[in-house]
Amino acid sequence: MDVALPGCYAWADRQGGAAMPHDHGHDHSELDDMTARVMALETLLSAKGLVDPAALDEIIETYETRVGPRNGAAVVARAWSDPEFRDWLERDATAAIGSMGFTGRQGEHMMAVFNTAERHNMVVCTLCSCYPWSVLGMPPVWYKSLPYRARAVREPRAVLAEFGVTLPEGTSVRVWDSTAEMRYLVVPMRPEGTEGMSAEDLARLVTRDSMVGTGLALAPEAA
Amino acid sequence: MNGPHDIGGHHGVGPIDPATHHGHYHPGETWEPRAMAITVAAGFGGHWTIDESRFAREDRPPQEYFTLGYFGIWLAALQRLLAERGLVTEAELAGGPLENGTVPPKACLSADQVAAALARGGPVDRDPGGRQPAFAPGDLVRTRNLQPRGHTRLPGYARDKVGRIAHVQGFHAFADDSAKGDRAAAEWLYTVVFDAETLWGMAEGAGDEVTCDAWEPYLERA
Repeated sequence: MDVALPGCYAWADRQGGAAMPHDHGHDHSELDDMTARVMALETLLSAKGLVDPAALDEIIETYETRVGPRNGAAVVARAWSDPEFRDWLERDATAAIGSMGFTGRQGEHMMAVFNTAERHNMVVCTLCSCYPWSVLGMPPVWYKSLPYRARAVREPRAVLAEFGVTLPEGTSVRVWDSTAEMRYLVVPMRPEGTEGMSAEDLARLVTRDSMVGTGLALAPEAA
Repeated sequence: MNGPHDIGGHHGVGPIDPATHHGHYHPGETWEPRAMAITVAAGFGGHWTIDESRFAREDRPPQEYFTLGYFGIWLAALQRLLAERGLVTEAELAGGPLENGTVPPKACLSADQVAAALARGGPVDRDPGGRQPAFAPGDLVRTRNLQPRGHTRLPGYARDKVGRIAHVQGFHAFADDSAKGDRAAAEWLYTVVFDAETLWGMAEGAGDEVTCDAWEPYLERA
């Protein structure tokens, strides 16, 4: 078989590849090794007709620019401002969210969980890294980390403290361990002093972490 | 399996440090997005289920699981899946010349198919065909003490524990069987809520709870 080297190594060249300075304690030969290994795998799979390098660019680009927490923020802001939509979101989150154009991979089966003064919801996947990609994009490194996965279920309040969140007296915590294909979107409490704000302005108060339950929505003066 | 991935509730794992780890990838690790995309694209080839890929990630010695790093595990699992199915050979993965006679791929996701494929995803709800859920919201259930060698999605911390059915979520592909390549097996799926005290001996705060999503074979009436 004739192997054309796919013209896809811009990703390594663009970034300066292995020569790129980085800020944590990895051995450089290890980074070189991983870069070389991924390049070799991409070349092999491309030659076998298993992956198309242009499709890889498209997947990366999708989750860098088009599918991310702004999707979820739009859902939350609408739920805050439109009672009918809020009810739909509570009854059938997959359909309600899908009606806004947010569907698909790792968001096929959605449930929205609503924070109240009595209950704060928080989401984890202790067994791997399940996360609602269709509304929040890719999970952050901390969400996939062993410390978050190990601790969120046992000591959610200590975890919240590391995110700078202290819950008021009388608020209980429910941690949702995403052990199947249900994906959970936390709808944070609407901040005070936001009466009359447009859904677009409200969406700016909705952080990614507030939709995982490790944060709260921002106060209007903080946004 | 009683594997290294099942770490919910473990002590001594250190701080989370969200300010440092807020990105999708580690800074400077330009291979990580590429590894993500290769894995996602290859998954659309239809040669394995999502549960087979999860098992390929978790089924490895703890020292490996804890040192490969997140996307390092993805790569190791992808290579195993590719070789197991004969799509590539071990020699090719080791850098050897291309060989003839490997299994031809069923599909190759092209750039113009990406948006539609991601927007479609892979729904796992199936037709229950008249099967009714055995439990209803409010029912008390006990999780079975299941410890299979294969893939399962009942975390160790939630085995043999009494909880309450909070939601009937649908009739979904059953992970334990799907991880063996059985695409037809499906079961009723429930969200079960446990008191934190039941799981950990004590609760960090009054009224704190943890939920797991559990298929019917994981549960018996309490």
